[in-house]
Amino acid sequence: MNKEQSVARMTDVMAKFVAYTGKVLPDDVYAKLEELRNNEKSDLAITIYDTMFENQKLAKELSRPCCQDTGVLQFFVKCGVNFPLIGELEALLKEAVIEATIKAPLRHNSVETFDEYNTGKNVGKGTPTVFWEIVPDCDTCEIDTYMAGGGCTLPGKAMVLMPGAGYEGVTKFVLDIMTTYGLNACPPLLVGVGVATSVETAALLSKKALMRPLGQHNPNERAAAMEKLLKDGINSIGLGPQGMSGEFSVMGVHIENTARHPSTIGVAVNVGCWSHRKGHIIFDKDMKYTITSHKEVTL
Amino acid sequence: MAKKILTTPIKAEDLEDIKIGDIIYLNGHIVTCRDVAHRRLIEGGRELPVNIDGGAIFHAGPIVRPIAGEEDKFEMVSVGPTTSMRMEQFEKEFIKETGVRLIVGKGGMGAGTMEGCKEYKAIHCVFPAGCAVVAAVTVEEIESADWRDLGMPETLWNCRVKEFGPLIVSIDTHGGNLFEENKIKFNEKKDAAIEEICKHVSFIK
Repeated sequence: MNKEQSVARMTDVMAKFVAYTGKVLPDDVYAKLEELRNNEKSDLAITIYDTMFENQKLAKELSRPCCQDTGVLQFFVKCGVNFPLIGELEALLKEAVIEATIKAPLRHNSVETFDEYNTGKNVGKGTPTVFWEIVPDCDTCEIDTYMAGGGCTLPGKAMVLMPGAGYEGVTKFVLDIMTTYGLNACPPLLVGVGVATSVETAALLSKKALMRPLGQHNPNERAAAMEKLLKDGINSIGLGPQGMSGEFSVMGVHIENTARHPSTIGVAVNVGCWSHRKGHIIFDKDMKYTITSHKEVTL
Repeated sequence: MAKKILTTPIKAEDLEDIKIGDIIYLNGHIVTCRDVAHRRLIEGGRELPVNIDGGAIFHAGPIVRPIAGEEDKFEMVSVGPTTSMRMEQFEKEFIKETGVRLIVGKGGMGAGTMEGCKEYKAIHCVFPAGCAVVAAVTVEEIESADWRDLGMPETLWNCRVKEFGPLIVSIDTHGGNLFEENKIKFNEKKDAAIEEICKHVSFIK
């Protein structure tokens, strides 16, 4: 394959994969929803879950986006310095989104700010957003895809606490969001928490936390313990599916952290809705791909 | 129990026996109507291009596609509710101005909408969000599309629906507000949860 063919191939695969992730939930999310549904008790909660599963079945059968808000596309890229298309990647991802928007179809979710018009293509200045990590001595490219819908983007919040507020302050910050904005963000939620120095470092971590497969924990023992404490605590509020009350509120809580300035604790929360449309795909240098998020996928 | 089905045009008395927490369905017409449409009517003083007196609106921005071979006809691909609270600042006035009886969206709405629903006899319901294909397949036809300059999500898509639902009543005509009632319970439990977690996270010593 020459370069032009490689670009065409990767664009095509990414367009198909993006479209697919708008229709079928990843395996870990689907399994977690089933588990939660089976442990709900009220008729209202079970009716809502059953509608959700009916929806996923119909979406797959009819090949339609399972939620109408197919979000703004975000890509978290871990790209080897020797990956052949490192220079072409951003442009081809944009092209892939345009293709997916027509073929899936996806909703037109890019409004140019200040000029305030919808581009009608689902891409615009800075959208889709590509977050880069460059990996030395490596020729593969790993991409987490995410459809950031409006409802679950709305609760996003970051602030810088004084160290005196401590992890108790972090706890209050997270929990307060759950009963205000979280309620309307389509629970059961996946809650991403970033703990770092400043708003932007914490915020980026809180979104990356949403890409972590369900069931994996923060490698730091205390952070992992806090994930469980927050999960149990938020569940005890009993938001239930759609925030209409039930036994559970969340699919999980993921914390990502870095070191911090001694004078600050940057904290941020991002949530994913129950329809958590993420995908994970790895390309090798010959554009052969492996999808880890959806086992049964055929593109 | 038989399915409770409302049919447009809805009369005030049709809503009398409906209480928060009830599950109902809709036959007839529902128009997608969200942020900018509310703003145009209330702030801009522009008349809504479709009559919704006794009708229903859906806080939703759908995905539609043109029907091949037909002139100016569209198919509903995927349509689900968006956060209703964004329309809160306009909704009481909106109910008064339009005579709308059924508002469908996601999450709760506030005091203004509650007052509007009580005074002018309307209800707010939640359609399970993220269930956009379940909703789309109940749309028999998109009969008209107005204010298309707003783009696909904000256009007023006038849909004829059959057994559109489940719709969970969150605000009734008697001053009931399911989300506000739940919020009180949730906040009490939240305070208890914070207290419990804080016993275990004193990592700065």
